[in-house]
Formats: sequence, structure tokens, C-alpha cells
Amino acid sequence: MWINLQKAMIITRREIRDQFRDWRIITPIIILTVFFPGLMNFTAQQAVDFVSKYGAAVIADRLIPFLLMVVGFFPISVSLVIALESFVGEKERRSIEPLLSSPLTDVQLYLGKLMAVMFPPLIGSYLGISVYLIGVFRQVGWVPDTTLLIQVIALATVQSLVMVSGAVVVSSQTTSVRAANLLASFIIIPMALLLVGESMIMFWARYEVLWWAIFGQAIIAWLLIRTGIAHFNREELLGIELDTLNFPWAWQVFKSAFIGQPGPIWKWWRINVWGTLIKLKWSILLSLLFTIAGSLIGSTQAEVFSIPADVLDWGYLEEGLVTGIEEIGPIRFFSIEGIGIIFIHNLRAIALASLLGVFSFGVLGIITLVLPFSIIGYFTAIASQTGLSPWTFLLGFVIPHGIVEVPAIILTGALIIHLGLTLVSPNDNYSIGEAWIRTLGDWTRILLLVVIPLLLVAAFLEVYITPLVALEIFSK
Amino acid sequence: MIITDNLTKWFNDILAVDRVNLHVKKGEVLALLGPNGAGKTTTVRMLTTVLRPSSGTAKVAGHDVIIDDGQVRAAVGVLTEDHGLYNRMYIREYLDFFGQIYGMAAENRRDRIDYLLGKFDLLDAVNLSIGKYSKGMRQKLSLARSLLHSPPVLLLDEPTSAMDPASARLVRNAIKTLRSEDRAIIVCTHNLAEAEELADKIAIIRSGKIIASGSSEELKEQLLGPGEYQIQLAQALNNRSLPLPPSAELTERGPDWFRYRVTSPENVNPLVLKNLISAGFAVVRVEEIKRSLESVYLQAVNQVQDEEIKHVD
Repeated sequence: MWINLQKAMIITRREIRDQFRDWRIITPIIILTVFFPGLMNFTAQQAVDFVSKYGAAVIADRLIPFLLMVVGFFPISVSLVIALESFVGEKERRSIEPLLSSPLTDVQLYLGKLMAVMFPPLIGSYLGISVYLIGVFRQVGWVPDTTLLIQVIALATVQSLVMVSGAVVVSSQTTSVRAANLLASFIIIPMALLLVGESMIMFWARYEVLWWAIFGQAIIAWLLIRTGIAHFNREELLGIELDTLNFPWAWQVFKSAFIGQPGPIWKWWRINVWGTLIKLKWSILLSLLFTIAGSLIGSTQAEVFSIPADVLDWGYLEEGLVTGIEEIGPIRFFSIEGIGIIFIHNLRAIALASLLGVFSFGVLGIITLVLPFSIIGYFTAIASQTGLSPWTFLLGFVIPHGIVEVPAIILTGALIIHLGLTLVSPNDNYSIGEAWIRTLGDWTRILLLVVIPLLLVAAFLEVYITPLVALEIFSK
Repeated sequence: MIITDNLTKWFNDILAVDRVNLHVKKGEVLALLGPNGAGKTTTVRMLTTVLRPSSGTAKVAGHDVIIDDGQVRAAVGVLTEDHGLYNRMYIREYLDFFGQIYGMAAENRRDRIDYLLGKFDLLDAVNLSIGKYSKGMRQKLSLARSLLHSPPVLLLDEPTSAMDPASARLVRNAIKTLRSEDRAIIVCTHNLAEAEELADKIAIIRSGKIIASGSSEELKEQLLGPGEYQIQLAQALNNRSLPLPPSAELTERGPDWFRYRVTSPENVNPLVLKNLISAGFAVVRVEEIKRSLESVYLQAVNQVQDEEIKHVD
């Protein structure tokens, strides 16, 4: 590790020196480090003066820490520009080949570039924060809480890491700066949304939530760095066809992955469906663990957000079940239409989870799938608060169809994790795109042949069997 | 030092290098000749481990290009087709940067940089940023970079392209010196005269395939047939028949000269002269007809082209 860092630092030092000779990089860093915090100081001063006239000091209290975060973020935005051209810029300037032909390992080269694009903007960010803090202290005497200061610095650092590591992945997987800039929207848009979220937290003054934002971004940064190193490919960096959209090729790859090894139907099933499920065993286990964790977290929330006992009267439930069970909410029990409604609903949830998973290494997809389990966990705990056995609750409302639906959802979670893992795992035989399309082939096969049939059966059970079981249990 | 065995590279469905077999020993220079897109650079890139062979194997300085890629890269000095220079850097810091990458000690780096700057006439340019260098200076600097760590194997892609004649001569002399230092060198070039001057062996590559290889003389023999000689006579030939032995084949005759081919000139030429003198001819001069590498190259390329056309028909 030490040797890796030492060698990486050779690249880092050269690149930083090079950056400091480029006025196009230095000028914005200086402006954002020195002038921008000054402007923020002025803004803070004006805001404090203005709101104090109307006795709304709380707004100023919230605005000053918020501006501290903003001041820390702006110099970091420069890192995106530098990082986006770290590899592909060298390729365009045709200076990359001697580096690729040198004895540096992939990790050394990658880390060297990563640190080089991260350090100057990050130092700019810390300086900006310092300038702002000095200014705001002199103007309004504000001193930040130590924890808040650590949080803002940590936030700036992880934001920089996420942006830089994402941009370096883009830079190492494209063949022109133009393509890298176009793909940068995949970094800019989520970061903008994240900043909006963080701003809300700052104005809400729930600073402890910032730790989660820091933790989440640290994980995403780690995943992005891992992805970058796993798919760093000297050959592709010199390639010319990487950016070319080739639908016929993509379709062929997908088709061959989807069909798998041809053969008689049972043999095909054993190899390509059962074999894939075995291949997914660790992802399935992980998905199961997330599901259990989600349920447990949900159940703990029953203590925080409890429902008054008089609101939840099982007597009403019994009455409702007997008299109006056919039409609870939008679901039509004991009807084919009900099966369709539940099935389509579950399908939509799976599609949304998969889509979110694609853009977040599976993280958002898993959260989407685990959420209903948290709700089940919550209501099970609430039921037990009212004296009902959690097992009775589960047996009446969940288990009859859940016995089929839950495995289908766990399997979907495993497929989403598998898709995410494909991005962060090295693959010597395929490019990042090809490896991902192949995994998508597995995903589609298992979804069509296992998950969807299970969901159909589950919808049938939920419409025809679960209400009967619930009736049987709760009418006693 | 450099051994390739059926080295092959596919780019999707394009066969860029087709079962190439090369063998370059210590102190030997191999010139890889071929038109643009023939597969020269792809071959070199596989030898530097930047490209991964689709099939076949290659060993460079005793290391396998797939298994020991890091050691291969450490043992190779490569002059790439693109110079790969950083325009905002200065020559000493540029070379020092690569010296650090190759793990050279600071003192060793300093001495070696001074030596190479002197060797390639670059001492006057130390205060200029590389962006201000001429094409020839950039080429010399790239070559200096490839030699910095004294690698046992050198892969030089177009080493004298873009150079003025004086600089090209300087570089060619440097390559000759390097050969005598027991290095194995592959030079990719379009310059046939340069290949003939520098190389012990020449391999002609076309459409990814080695279509001819051997020393310059072997290639001439192989592709242009036996050597041709011209005899200049003191008197006109008129219609007199020439008393040539059966092993000498008459190819052309003029008013007072004629040409013939022989497979073993050391045995046949004395016999030709003896017969001529016996028949009363006065011989003024005997000379071997010079055959250029260009004609060898064109012959090799055309031969393959004809075969391809026949194959298509």
C-alpha cells in the first residue's frame, strides 16, 4: 500500500505542478477561495442586519452555517472540471501512452490521478472555509460549534471525493473530453439534488443528520473508486470505439447472455436458471439481510411514532373484514381485477427499484425494496403494542401471500445488488459496458422466469387466500 | 530477448495482428516494415503490455507479457508513435518525472539526464518549456525518455520521423551504439534506407501478417531471386553468342554488355570470366547489380496482393 501511494504521489506531484501552471485552473480556485467567501461574509452581514430588524434572528442563525457549507463546496466544483479530463484529456493530448507503458500499476496510476485532481480544489475549499470563518467572526462574532465545523469539513471532503471519483471513472471510460463532459450530468444532477437536501438539513438545523450524509457519500465514493480501479483498462484508454453507440452489438451481447448455454429445456433450465441462482447466492444472502434489517428498523420506529391504542381497535378491523373486505382501498379482493392491480403494483415497484439501483450501485434500489418490510416491521410492532401477537398479525396479513412474494422480492434485491456489483468488480474478459449488459441478461432471465411467475402467484394468494386467512383469524 | 509465438490481436471482428512470430536476440536490431495500418504499432503495444494479446504468447526480457506485465514494462524503453510530452514542463523535470517512475535513484537520474541531454544535443533547450520545442527536438526528447532507465529492450516506433537529416543521422548513430551495448531493439519504420542501415533482420508486415523476414540479403535472395551481375566488354557484342555455363542465366544484353543471374557467384563467376576470355572477349568490368530494399519490399507486398486477388477470384 505504501509503495502504491509513493508511486501514485509521483503522478500527483507532477499533475499538481502542471495545474498550478495553468491560469485557467488557478484563477477560479483563487476567486472561489478568496473573493467568494468575502461575498458570503457580506451576504451574512446583510442578512443578520435585515432579519434582526424583524426579530427573526433564527434565520440568521441558520443562514451563517448554511453559507459555511456553500463556501466549502464552491472550490470543489472546480475539481469536477479537472477530474473529467484527467485520463481522457491526456489521451486527447496524446501524452498517455508513455505513462501506460511505464511500470506503474493500474492502482498507482489511478490513485495518482485521483489525488492530483482532488488536492488543489480541496485545499481551496479549506482555505475558503477559513476565510469565511475569519470574516464572519470579525463581522458578527459568530464562531461555529466544533462538531459543526468538523461536519462541514468532512462534508466538503466526501463531496469532493464523490465528484472526483465519479468524474475519474467517466474520464477513464470515455475517449473524448466532449463525451466526458456530456456524461458529467450523471454527477452534477445527483450532486445538485444532494446539495438541496443538505441545505434543507442546514436550515432545519438537524445537524446530526449530516453524519448520515457524510457516511452515505463516503460509501458512494469508496464504491466509485473501486469501480474506477476495477475497470481501469489500458487498452480501452487507447481505444477509439468506446464512445460509439453500437445497438446491434449490444443486442447480440444481451441475447447471448439471456439465452445462455443452449440445450434441452431441463438442462437449459438447470444451467441457466438454477445455475444463475446459485451464482447469486451471496447477493441473495445480502438481500435477505437487508430485508431483515429493514424490518427490524421499522419495528424500532413503533416506539418513536406510536399509534394511540384507541385509534387501533382490532374490533373495528374484525368488523371491517367481515362486512367490507371486498373493497379495501384500491384493492378488489376475490376478483381477477384485484390480481392485476396487485401484480402491476409489485411490478412497478420492482421496475422503480431496478432503475434506481442502476444509478446508485444498487443502494437506492435496495432501499426501495426494503421500505415495505420496514412498514411491515412497524405495523407488526404496533400490533404487538396493542396486545396482538406479532405472529398472529403476520399470519393474518403477510404470510399467506408473503411466502411467495417475499422470496420474489429478495431475489429482485439480489439481482439489483448483482447489477451494482458488476460495476465495482474487475473483469478481465469484458469491458465495463459488456459486463453490465451480460449481467442485465441474467437479470432479465431470472426476472421473467422466476420473479414474475412468483409475483403472479403471490398476487393470486393475496387476493383470494390472504383475506380468507385474515377473516378466519380475526373473526374468532 | 524478444520472442513472440503466434501473437494475435483482434479488435472486435478486425484481425489487427495475425500469428506473428518474432525472435530478436541481444545486440540485434529488427526492423518492422509495413504500410500504415499493417499492425506494427499494435505489435509494439502488445510487447509493451498496453494491449493484451487475443491469442499467442510473447516474452520480453524473459518475462511473459500477460503474466509479468509490470516487469515487462520495467524492462522496456518505448518510443511511442505520439511523443507523449507535457508541454508545460521543462526537459529536466520531465525526464526526472519518468526517472522516478522507473525507480531510479536521484543521483543516477541526474547523471543519466545530463548524459542523454548531451548525447541528443538538447542542453541548449533546458530553459525552454517543452511546448516550445520543434518536432525534431520533441522526437529526440522522447527517445531520451525511452533510454533513461537503460532498458535491455527498446521498441522504437518511427524513431526518425519528423527529423531533419542531421538529427536523423544523430539518432541513427545512437541506435547503432545501443545495439553494440547488447540491447534487443525493434524499430518500426517506413524508411527503407534506415531499416537497411540499422537492422540485422527485417520483417515485412502486411494486414497484420509477417509476409517476409530475414536479413536484408536473405530477403533479396528470397524475394528477388539469385543475384544479378553485369559484365562490361571492351568490344561490341553484335550477334555473337555468349559462352555462359548452364548455371548462369542470361537476363539482358546491350551493345557491349550483358547481365546474368547466378545462385552461387563464388563458383560460377570465375567460370564465366574464363569462358569469355577463352572465347576472345575482353572484359572491362564485372559488377553486381545493386538491389534496393525498396524493390524487396514492393515485391513482397505485391506478391501477397496478387495472391489475395487470386484467392478472391
